[in-house]
Amino acid sequence: MSIEIKNVSKKYGKNEALKDVFLELCENRIYGLLGRNGAGKSTLLKIIANRIPLTSGEVLVNGFDCYENNRAQSFVFLMNDENTYPETMTVKEAMYWTKKFYPEADIQKGERLAKQFSLDLKKRFRSLSTGYRTAAKYILAIMSNAEYTLLDEPVLGLDAGHRELLYKTLIEEYADSQRTFVIATHIIEEVSNVIEQVIVIEKGRVIENDSAENLMLSGYSVSGSEKEVDLFIKDKNVISTEKIGSVKVAYILGKQGNIGNIGDLEIAPLSLQKLFVRLTEGKGE
Amino acid sequence: MKFTFTGDKPIYLEIAQQLEDAIFTGVYPEETQIPSTTELSVSLQINPATVLKGMNILVDEDIIYKKRGLGMFVKTGAVGKITDKRKKSFYASFIKPLLIEAEKLNLSEDEILNLIKGENKK
Repeated sequence: MSIEIKNVSKKYGKNEALKDVFLELCENRIYGLLGRNGAGKSTLLKIIANRIPLTSGEVLVNGFDCYENNRAQSFVFLMNDENTYPETMTVKEAMYWTKKFYPEADIQKGERLAKQFSLDLKKRFRSLSTGYRTAAKYILAIMSNAEYTLLDEPVLGLDAGHRELLYKTLIEEYADSQRTFVIATHIIEEVSNVIEQVIVIEKGRVIENDSAENLMLSGYSVSGSEKEVDLFIKDKNVISTEKIGSVKVAYILGKQGNIGNIGDLEIAPLSLQKLFVRLTEGKGE
Repeated sequence: MKFTFTGDKPIYLEIAQQLEDAIFTGVYPEETQIPSTTELSVSLQINPATVLKGMNILVDEDIIYKKRGLGMFVKTGAVGKITDKRKKSFYASFIKPLLIEAEKLNLSEDEILNLIKGENKK
């Protein structure tokens, strides 16, 4: 069981938002969908969830074409910044309607989460602050029990405490279920330990699709005195360097088995954020 | 020298090391249960697969073992194994960096020995 994205392109007028995207989203994984602003992350998720039509190609959800297909869409839940809930609807009513569309939904789970987030179920969407609106949408996404839950910028407007609670409850849900989560974000540092598979989109194309672990092994940093660092990096593929006082740090692409110290040099793994910036350098809108 | 922009090592190794440290210092005595993969991944906000990978290092080193249906437990003799392992790496982890620093400070062998002895008398 999986979501298969085959040769998908999407044009908005002349602007090509997605170009020949091939991807498979397998069950029971947490994917990170990373990309700069305007890279096509939200467009891809909206196509999977049938919020917008694709221009060419096809998307199959557990074998069913996603387009205008209730069967396929019963497996998919998309949370994003669109306001799809009527402004006068209360959170409790939204839970009731979620259960109507997703028969596997668990209202009690939703109520439990709402309590954790201190979200008042009687509040109407129009009276929720940005942060609570996000929390409400996230709670609906989790309680839906949808097999493929797509979270587009799920921490928008959340404070630090609620962001932490979101990641904790997400991992908890993931550990007790067989669900697949796709988190689209550009706040990579926060999700880098949560996601196991990384998909990087740039200008509508998938440029990287690998495990977070493999990606992080594809580069490393070396720091030490300028002279020694310069000597070390002479024959290496250097992404960039930084200098702080007399200490120099170089970011290098390539495998390095020895994490630790070599003489006075300190070798450390590269963060996902750093790699991501390297992969998409200067390519945002 | 300590100057790091990123984590020192991959997360799964840090998890293995922190668990090992907790076992070594007696936080989890031998034949008691350690936290489950889920508990650890939720509280640390780390993917369960990563936590499991860290735990498996300790399984391979015979420090913890799985009791079917119950969870992970600390093996009898685990503390001894960790002690042996740490003794073996004592030179590389502690003495060598000490000597490197001492050389930078132009400390003689006698001066270093005196410092160690002085420290012991406290």
